[in-house]
Amino acid sequence: MTTPYAIELRNISKRFGAVQANKDICLKVTAGSIHGVIGENGAGKSTLMSIIYGFYEADSGDIEVGGEGVRIRTSEDAIRYGIGMVHQHFMLVENFTVLENIILGAEGGALLKGGIENARAELHRLEQEYSLDVDIDAVVEDLPVGLQQRVEILKALYRGAKVLILDEPTGVLTPQEADHLFRILKSLKEQGVTVIIITHKLREILASTDNVSVMRQGQMVADRVTAQTNKEELAELMVGKKVRLTVDKNEAKPTDVVLAAKDLSWFDEQGIERLKKVSLDLKAGEIVGVAGVSGNGQSELLSVLSGISPLSSGEIQFNGETINAKNSKNAQQMRDLKMAHVPEDRHKMGLVTGFEAYESAILGYHNSNAYNGKLLLDRQAMLDECNERMQKWDVRPPNPHLKTANFSGGNQQKIVIAREVEQNPDVLLIGQPTRGVDIGAIENIHEEIIKLRDAGKAILLVSVELDEIMALSDRIIVMLDGAIVGELNAKDADERTLGLMMANALNDEVKEGNQA
Amino acid sequence: MSQAKVPVWVNVALIPFINIMLAFLVSALIILSIGENPIEAASYLIYGAFGYEEGIGYTLYYTTNLIFTGLAVSIAFKAGIFNIGGEGQAYIGGLGVGLTCLAFDSTMPLYIMIPLCIIGGAVFGAAWAYIPAYLNAKRGSHVVITTIMFNFIASSLMVYLMVNWLKKEGSMSLRSREFEESAWLPYMHEILAPLGITIESSPLNGSFIWALICCVLIWILIWHTRWGYQLRTLGMSATAAVYAGIENGKVTIWVMLISGALAGFVGLNEIMGVNHSLLLNFTAGYGFAGIAVSLMGRNHPIGIVLAAILFGALYQGGSELAFEIPTITPEIVVVIQGLVILFSGALEHMCKDRVESLFIRKAA
Repeated sequence: MTTPYAIELRNISKRFGAVQANKDICLKVTAGSIHGVIGENGAGKSTLMSIIYGFYEADSGDIEVGGEGVRIRTSEDAIRYGIGMVHQHFMLVENFTVLENIILGAEGGALLKGGIENARAELHRLEQEYSLDVDIDAVVEDLPVGLQQRVEILKALYRGAKVLILDEPTGVLTPQEADHLFRILKSLKEQGVTVIIITHKLREILASTDNVSVMRQGQMVADRVTAQTNKEELAELMVGKKVRLTVDKNEAKPTDVVLAAKDLSWFDEQGIERLKKVSLDLKAGEIVGVAGVSGNGQSELLSVLSGISPLSSGEIQFNGETINAKNSKNAQQMRDLKMAHVPEDRHKMGLVTGFEAYESAILGYHNSNAYNGKLLLDRQAMLDECNERMQKWDVRPPNPHLKTANFSGGNQQKIVIAREVEQNPDVLLIGQPTRGVDIGAIENIHEEIIKLRDAGKAILLVSVELDEIMALSDRIIVMLDGAIVGELNAKDADERTLGLMMANALNDEVKEGNQA
Repeated sequence: MSQAKVPVWVNVALIPFINIMLAFLVSALIILSIGENPIEAASYLIYGAFGYEEGIGYTLYYTTNLIFTGLAVSIAFKAGIFNIGGEGQAYIGGLGVGLTCLAFDSTMPLYIMIPLCIIGGAVFGAAWAYIPAYLNAKRGSHVVITTIMFNFIASSLMVYLMVNWLKKEGSMSLRSREFEESAWLPYMHEILAPLGITIESSPLNGSFIWALICCVLIWILIWHTRWGYQLRTLGMSATAAVYAGIENGKVTIWVMLISGALAGFVGLNEIMGVNHSLLLNFTAGYGFAGIAVSLMGRNHPIGIVLAAILFGALYQGGSELAFEIPTITPEIVVVIQGLVILFSGALEHMCKDRVESLFIRKAA
């Protein structure tokens, strides 16, 4: 008889109305190992983890924890069986201290005092045992994301978690912070904690896990020992076909400056300066990549340049127009000046998910004469064009009447990119071009972006994937806290340098370098 | 994830039908519990609403009001705005119709009076909706709060106007003078008589035709114009609307103007069509019932017509029922209406998943 698995799932199935999210899933997680679960967006990873953590109950199938069959109906059940979860979006009360957050829901008694003293002692023990250093009296909102994540881990351990599930844990971290996280996970493992990581990033799986399970379309398609597999094999298993992971491109030939932005600032509704005197030039025929940990002003830069947010000060020179705080242009007027924008969040901005595809395909251009008769919308023209573009861009299924929400991420993104690119813009702003896009479609989208550059467009690329920035850009600028903290030629960029710049550790060196 | 297909008619027809049947089932239990026969009650209700020509006339007369207020709620809802001020807008719209009649009834012929009154009702109703819309667009005040407040203001304003200005001199009742007959919207039996169709007389009048025309116009506006495209974008995703350069404030204001105008048309039916004078409380809750109608009709004109007929039938059949079986008081009838709203509105999704998966399994 072998040692029981920390968690064993047998034939787990879950259906949401018409959607089969999980089908006959089997998973064996060895106690005291780090186990990766990878799959594309919508493969059913999060549903599966939610079943283990008691958010949903499976329609059928068995769960065993430590060799015993259990029924997990609520998160309390899961906690009782020693399962803890760190969510992608942290579940912390921002203006509470670390200590207060950790005891939340486990206060122990009606009066806080005793509970807090006990918790303090227990936390010190946990911090030392797992070498997780956090100032437990700090207020959470003052902590950087990496530390907030540590608080989440501590919270789970405090509740006695022996199995820790992390959902896309590195999405908000710099590469250095991610490395640090993996070191923490390794030391947790040495202490006998079992870790399950859900991610779509192959590199992280290879760097940190012992075993890996691959999901595709709601099913578990493979289990591998990490040491015996590689990037290519995993990618192929995730997608179900062979994929290339590099981008071919020639040297860029930048020509004239098309868009010149000078000292752009933008204050949000609370009066906080989110964009601080940002200046940049975009030249025809080049791709400028914006690197940075998400939330450091990249989104604001896109929304100011595209006309979504009126700028607070500074000016933009674009196609003969000077745009400043007094003479602001909205998104519609910027489009008329031949500025196209593929937004970072296609669900919230780029598409109306409740529309049929052909309706989403004119968003932002709905006043164009191409789609309007004197009074009524010209449906036939919209449909014809949509059909044509779906053929050209290989959108699947090529059905203009299908609801936008029912296309996969990659095909939705193709609808957005096709719409923006086919207007033949001079400048293309493109945010997170491949977020939530299947690996197979990423290749395709990257090729199209390079093609546009070679056709003489100026492209500003914002992405949280450093690999993508490095693969596509000709020039890279790094943003931190709303300001540009560095710029370098893509040829000189490597992950370490960019990572340090994103964390501002290189800032002084870069300044010195510029002066020299 | 794999996506199985559910036949369209399941969502459009079967599920609403099941919901209504559940409401009637619970109603039956209530009627049983007060010692009456639910089958007998149902037959009185149905006979009262559809059993004879005059009953049908009454049903459609109620339906007319509900179509106007249902459309008003639904166009705002399509733009993501919850206009629950239909009651007040209908009230003030009716004032507009009434004032137009009082001002021109002795000088203008009917064929001029009709467009004038349509404009009068629309302008007054829209004006009453404009204030909350403006406050929302420019100041960010919540439309739900302001529109509901404006219902109370409208009600007080009407009392003030009726008592101090519009009441017929020397009369004790709070009614204006009766309009000249040139300002009476013709009854349906009068309209149909020259065509050789004779129907029994009922309050059903020409405004019913206008209600149907409004359905078509609103359908075209929402689904076939760029303005409709903008309002639907705003309704489904305000962030996408900003991205597209649609000015949310502007759209909010004109959508509310149309919504208020539609509600104002209740005055055509009540003031110009039936009462032939201005009076108090003629809106009788139609503005609120419009919310249920639009919910049940899934914010689509065809659905709204069907839901309005259902509610019209409940009004008419219900009063017949209360008359025939005195132990079933008008309050019980309101309970039945409430159950229909509960099951088809609030509990709309209760059976949805189960019924859908039934069809998926069958297909698989």
